[in-house]
Amino acid sequence: MSVFEVFRQERKGQPFAHAGSIVAPDATFADAWAREQYGRRGESVALWLVPRDAIHQVTEWADEFDLKYRRVDGYSIKARLKEARERAGTTPSVAG
Amino acid sequence: MSERAQLLLSLADDELIVGWRDSEWTGIAPTLEEDVAFSSIAQNEIGHARALYELAAVELGSDPDALAFDRAPAEYRCAPLVELHLMDWAHTIARRYLYEEADRVRTTALMQSDDAELAGLAAKIDREEVYHRMHAEMWAARLRDEPRFKAAVEELWPYALGILEPALRPELARLVGLSVDAAQTHERGTHTPELAELLTVMTEVRRSEPGAQW
Repeated sequence: MSVFEVFRQERKGQPFAHAGSIVAPDATFADAWAREQYGRRGESVALWLVPRDAIHQVTEWADEFDLKYRRVDGYSIKARLKEARERAGTTPSVAG
Repeated sequence: MSERAQLLLSLADDELIVGWRDSEWTGIAPTLEEDVAFSSIAQNEIGHARALYELAAVELGSDPDALAFDRAPAEYRCAPLVELHLMDWAHTIARRYLYEEADRVRTTALMQSDDAELAGLAAKIDREEVYHRMHAEMWAARLRDEPRFKAAVEELWPYALGILEPALRPELARLVGLSVDAAQTHERGTHTPELAELLTVMTEVRRSEPGAQW
């Protein structure tokens, strides 16, 4: 038996999102079983079945020199946005 | 009873009883995924039965629930194949496979019928059966060289022939690679003792409150 990761698309044009997995002896069984598990209630218009072995996973990034300006949390947009609004004399229509 | 009503009841009873028998695997199939798939197919078959009982009910001035649950065992028109109580996976897959192939032959013929209502329903049912056949064929291919499966197919073959009227049997024999032997066929109209037992369980809740609106 092998594991197939299942990605499903809810509506045409939308991105596929990981939905779960199926343990099956081959792709034919995975197809039949995934159809029932992830599609029989009309919740999917398409499925991708990917053997788990085919997935190349990346989990680590070296950041030895603390180059935090590269990261989104290194730059606070909130305060700058507030200043810009004050300069322009506009206030946001909703809070935040 | 009209020939049309008899035909509709034969089809509906086959689908209801095979669906009911297959639903006995819910919770005990060999893997979780197969459990979900097998139960879903069983539900589909019962759904087909419901649609067929609705047509029969119009023809007979009855209602689908009464036809499904309130008849005496002898009045059911299902073939003996679907009645058998097979709590063994090799036999269960052998029946699924033989039933699906027989149903393919029968449904293909019905889709050509002059009865537009029945032909339309057959086409609708066939679109769902595509996945049932895919499921049955993948299992049959996987178990093909397994002696228990081969023995089960041979054992159930005379029952499978009984699903079809004689004119359609050679086509089924061609599809499954076996030969028609009329002398051995377990014909529709005869019942196994298992049917009465099944009906006792199946109708238990309905009989507990006769005439209730559920």
